Amino acid sequence: MPAPDSKKTTANSSPTLIEIKDFNFYYGEKQALFNINLNIPYQEVTALIGPSGCGKSTLLRSLNRMNELIEGIRREGNILLEGQSIYDPKLEVISLRKRIGMVFQKSNPFPKTIYENVVFGLRIRGQSNKSRLDEVVEKSLKASALWEEVKDRLQDNALGLSGGQMQRLCIARAIATEPEVLLMDEPCSALDPVATAKIEALIHELKKDYTIVIVTHNMQQAGRVSDKTAFFYMGELIEFDETEKLFTNPSKKKTEDYITGRFG
Amino acid sequence: MKQKEKIIGEAYVWLSSLGLSLGILMVLGLLSLIVVRGLEVFWPKPVALLALQDGQEVLGEVVLKQEKRLQDTEEWQMFVGNKEVLGQSFRFVDVHQIQKESYPPEVLNIERREYGDAFGWPVKLVLKDKEYLPSNESFAKQLAQAKKSSLERWEKIEELEKDQIGKLNKKMESLRLEKKQIDPKEITNIKALEEKEALLQKKYETLASQARQLRDLQEEGYLELKNTKGSLQKIKVSQIVDYYYPNQLTTGDRLQRFFYQLGAYLSEDPREANTEGGIFPALFGTAVMTLLMTLIVVPIGVLGAVYLQEYAKPGILVRLVRIAVNNLAGVPSIVFGVFGVGFFVYMIGGTIDELFFSNKLPTPTFGTGGLLWASLTLALLTVPVVIVSTEEALSSVSQGIREGSLALGASKWQTLKRVILPAAAPGILTGTILAMARGAGEVAPLMLVGVVKLAPTLPINGTFPFIHLDQKFMHLGFHIYDLGFQSPDSEAAKPMVFATTLLLILLVLFLNLGAIWLRERLRKKYASARF
Repeated sequence: MPAPDSKKTTANSSPTLIEIKDFNFYYGEKQALFNINLNIPYQEVTALIGPSGCGKSTLLRSLNRMNELIEGIRREGNILLEGQSIYDPKLEVISLRKRIGMVFQKSNPFPKTIYENVVFGLRIRGQSNKSRLDEVVEKSLKASALWEEVKDRLQDNALGLSGGQMQRLCIARAIATEPEVLLMDEPCSALDPVATAKIEALIHELKKDYTIVIVTHNMQQAGRVSDKTAFFYMGELIEFDETEKLFTNPSKKKTEDYITGRFG
Repeated sequence: MKQKEKIIGEAYVWLSSLGLSLGILMVLGLLSLIVVRGLEVFWPKPVALLALQDGQEVLGEVVLKQEKRLQDTEEWQMFVGNKEVLGQSFRFVDVHQIQKESYPPEVLNIERREYGDAFGWPVKLVLKDKEYLPSNESFAKQLAQAKKSSLERWEKIEELEKDQIGKLNKKMESLRLEKKQIDPKEITNIKALEEKEALLQKKYETLASQARQLRDLQEEGYLELKNTKGSLQKIKVSQIVDYYYPNQLTTGDRLQRFFYQLGAYLSEDPREANTEGGIFPALFGTAVMTLLMTLIVVPIGVLGAVYLQEYAKPGILVRLVRIAVNNLAGVPSIVFGVFGVGFFVYMIGGTIDELFFSNKLPTPTFGTGGLLWASLTLALLTVPVVIVSTEEALSSVSQGIREGSLALGASKWQTLKRVILPAAAPGILTGTILAMARGAGEVAPLMLVGVVKLAPTLPINGTFPFIHLDQKFMHLGFHIYDLGFQSPDSEAAKPMVFATTLLLILLVLFLNLGAIWLRERLRKKYASARF
């Protein structure tokens, strides 16, 4: 892990947690990512933006190796988490996913009770101590700002919650196992403005404890929630900078065209 | 233009609704026929006395009134009973022949152990040396008393002959096998066994003589009945299963009698080549066989489907397997029966006999049709249903929750066990319900692998090891076939065919309701999958 004084580097003001090095990614014959180099800083929110099909979700799903569920993929280059390759054959994908939680575009609570949803990650690791589980449920639901709304119906089916509540439950489920990184794949795209505002406020709170990488289509949202923004176009990383700088004074013409709405 | 299109579409809506109503109508028609004809059997009908022009008298229940073919007249089908006297228990009477129709109240309907029902006028009851006339006050009381004690004697005889002597026979059989295995040089051992055998033989003789004494007692006491031929019939009290005065019943009495006869039908053993008495063994056999089949088919089918859907790499082989499974569902069921005989009974059963029951050979234990082989054969027959519906249920579990589970660090097996299978459970149960319905209604393969016309004991009973997987059993479906097409008096068996069919349908319905109840409970618990 780079020393804290690496602040001097232009894009990175805080230490790097995830280092993406010369990363290429292919779906069969089709190349989706071209030579990506990106350092994701520790305990900040990094937004990945760009038009549809630009590879931002592919990159995000490479970070916890969820892409491996797809047939016929291939990659080149490497991704380091705290200096260790996530593709190291000695590293179990299961323990990697324990360190990197994920929230999906479409909320996907399990058809179980709210309680069982939150403790799922602990249960599959063999944790069955009731008081410990209770504690985690309360902590996670409080951290995801859902506790007050559901504390009296923890044993109800999670599918009875509203869309925004379900998404916050998924966040609670992801942070229950205390990962270091939280990946969010367009977490608000299926939500109404009120629920979106709640999630965005939550992201602000969570960045105190977690490193967050968020993919979003919504540029205003990227502006509101992120510290750093990476702009992708056609599988290439065009620009990566402080969010404020990227939105007000982009250094590349493509970025400017995109954020001013000339295409995309 | 638009208007025209709309009208064209409308016609298809009508057509589809017509198709549906036609289907429903046919199902309802069939069901109501079975329900009405099936329940009619237990309804006590009045007994008519018809005086004919030629001086004959006919006494019996009017079963059917129909137009006579090619003649402009009506004929009645009468159930006259008294098979041993009249030769046939049914006869047809032309309506124009009938001079007088009456319903004499003193006529007695007697259900007998042999020869079916008898109708007639009671003349006298002879018990030991005393005689009782119907006009005598104590006649009814004495008859009821005599019937009751003779029924008790029958139960005692059955207990003696079936249970106790049966157990003794088993012990003697095992002694005989022991003797066969002992080296003939070990004289002391043989002697000990022979002593034991002698002891058992003695016990057997005491029991047998007890049974004989009871049987002798059953010969005493008879009821004299006058029939339409004017002759007097002697009916032994021990032959009487039940009796009543059909023309004296009020509606309440009839209702009571209806439920009484229905209950007897459900709980008793069959008599008279299955055309009389109850069908409890068949009901029990069907239920046990279907449940055992379900226990076998669900794990196999679900595991197979899980492998096909979740683990196997999609490709030509998986597609071939899937096609093969679907085709298996179209194979005629008798083919499965033939396979069951060849593979399960002769190959597996024969091998089991050779390895574990060699001392009993040549009498087969598992090397002949039985409950286990029948259940396995039907499980094979219904496994495609379970595989197909489980695969469908698994594939309808959303990719989202699979990824959600994997992203939390769950392994594939954990995801399957904790998320996918619970979410797919209602769909799996739907498949189970279909498989049970198919299995319970199947007859043809069973005839080859274990069903019999009359099984002496139930497959689950009080003798060790309590569940007899090797035993042959009775089945409602086969019972229907046997009653309708193999019985000596098909006319007498006809109503029983309806009653048995009704019962088979009700049994399937009952088993399905159980599975549906379970599915609804699971659905409430895991409210995601919809089927």
